[in-house]
Amino acid sequence: MHGLLLLVGVSVLSFVLVELAPGDYFAEMRLDPRISEATVHALRSRYGLDRPLPERYARWLASLAKGELGYSFAYGQPVGPLLWPRLRNTLLLTVTATALAWLLAVPLGTWWATRPRGPADAGLTGLTAMLLALPDLVLVLGLLLFAVRTGWFPVGGMVSLGHEQMPWGARVKDVAFHLVLPVTALVLGVVPALVRYVRASVADALGAPFVRAARAHGIPERRVLFRHVLPAAANPLISLFGLSLAGLLSMSLLVEVVMSWPGLGPLLLEAILARDFHLVLGPVLASTVLLLGGNLLADLVLAVADPRIRTEER
Amino acid sequence: MSARVGWPAALVVLAAVHLAALGAGFLAPYAPTEQNRTLPYAPPARLRFVDAEGMFHVRPFVYPVTEQGTVTGAYGEDRSRACPVRFLVPGAPYRFAGLLPGHVHLFGVDEPARVFLLGADGFGRDQLSRLLHGAQISLFAGLMATALSLGVGWLLGTLSGFYGRWIDAVLMRSAELFLALPWLYLLFAVRAVLPLSIPPARAFLLLVLVIGLVDWARPARLIRGLVLSARERSYVLAARGFGASDFYLIRRHIAPQTFGLLLTQAALLVPQYILAEVTLSFLGLGVSEPVPSWGNMLADLQHYHVLVSYWWMWVPGLALVPVILAYYALSEALDVRAGAASS
Repeated sequence: MHGLLLLVGVSVLSFVLVELAPGDYFAEMRLDPRISEATVHALRSRYGLDRPLPERYARWLASLAKGELGYSFAYGQPVGPLLWPRLRNTLLLTVTATALAWLLAVPLGTWWATRPRGPADAGLTGLTAMLLALPDLVLVLGLLLFAVRTGWFPVGGMVSLGHEQMPWGARVKDVAFHLVLPVTALVLGVVPALVRYVRASVADALGAPFVRAARAHGIPERRVLFRHVLPAAANPLISLFGLSLAGLLSMSLLVEVVMSWPGLGPLLLEAILARDFHLVLGPVLASTVLLLGGNLLADLVLAVADPRIRTEER
Repeated sequence: MSARVGWPAALVVLAAVHLAALGAGFLAPYAPTEQNRTLPYAPPARLRFVDAEGMFHVRPFVYPVTEQGTVTGAYGEDRSRACPVRFLVPGAPYRFAGLLPGHVHLFGVDEPARVFLLGADGFGRDQLSRLLHGAQISLFAGLMATALSLGVGWLLGTLSGFYGRWIDAVLMRSAELFLALPWLYLLFAVRAVLPLSIPPARAFLLLVLVIGLVDWARPARLIRGLVLSARERSYVLAARGFGASDFYLIRRHIAPQTFGLLLTQAALLVPQYILAEVTLSFLGLGVSEPVPSWGNMLADLQHYHVLVSYWWMWVPGLALVPVILAYYALSEALDVRAGAASS
């Protein structure tokens, strides 16, 4: 419910922001001597650009309800049909990357926490620090260079030529093959911070008195770790999930543009450069929905994982 | 977490990098916009001490490079002429730290030869000169945006925490709005509504404004939390009992409590904002050519042949690494100190 209100707030905020912008798509047309002032005027009134702000917002909401999300002047068609495939591609990318990042970070962070000193600790500290300091941009470009040099992975895009003619199985393989590079970039971008958080929260749980009590009872170390420590360490990590998603979405914007993955990122950039404002709103709102959805998911998982939260709510 | 060594080193690195950026005009041999159309993607010059006859020279020299054949980017050295590197040579005029005019450069070679210690870009512009001048844009955009973001965040956070009630409600609800968007998307959305092609100086200010103002919500929330607890301390209540004004309370008792947090946050935010500027300029939404920023210098790498062939075009990206590492080391050290102070 709260999320829904936030979404409405964000939509109003971004709509007002975008509509207050100086100049619009037709402003460029004015510079063209072949197009008369009257034509521009007629176009503006046809698309309702000469109406007051609240009315335009209401119209935009109405088109949102129809799934159109306004009208893209550059494409000459409603935003919705342009947006959905892009949203699907971004989801494919970010969901895969999120899953892989967590599958990698949790075991690694736990293992790290059980070895507080020694070469493994020093090595991981150094490695994560290096990766944290490597700018996302350089990371993405470096991976591109790697792909170009080795020729092992396709460079950019989501499908190969002739994708449409392939049988179903080959098509899935084709997309998966194209996914490797952008997903690697995203995973390398978010995993260092995640591993550090996992390590910190597992180390916290390891230091708790109940762990010492469990050890004193002679419970085997492995059982202590999996039965007692991990559930206790899970809570802050689940809350972190939403936060990690925000970082991932931001980075995915850059990855998509540089690796020409046909997601929300390139669409947004293209819309900005064309000053196609309804098309700007689409990806921005879609990313908000994704982020809020991720947070909602984290809350739900938290409620399942932690009985204290369940009982509080009743 | 144990305190990591290295914050003095981090401070030294940061001081050196920022001084180099301020003194870019003096340290760089050429103006950042000076083109040499006959030398596109000229490779980094090799400083030599031993000449073709095997003679040793105390003063380093370079051989001028010329394009070989018709293939762009295939260069060879002209071994017949040695160009000794001279120090404190007159050259293109500049302003030291943006203020003092000057025209003496730290080093250079006699005209018409060129010395490109880090190679040249597609227009034959000296990468080193562009790197140093670009640092002025990129590093100081980060610093100024941080100052702005923390300033606004501090003000709104303090108001929110100190006065509570409807001010708090309004401010914190709007903070949530700003936090509901992934930050790069938000940055793009705000950038979207501003004009695209603007002169570089205004673009720089615009970027600082956008980056700084978009991210006020996170510091504001942290500050609010601190102020909320500070407001209820007994000495604050006592001062209030003696009739201290709100302004006095904030200035004398509340604000000093928040400075530690501001410092830690600054060390954390500056690298983020530097990267934000780099990202925006890389995508053509920031400072535009011919003025160099580390972001628009990297944009060249989007071309396949540049990405593969000319490693010196990566230099701005690699220069970011020590800067970010140093800021992280600093913020970690500040964190440890803050933790030690509060416990």
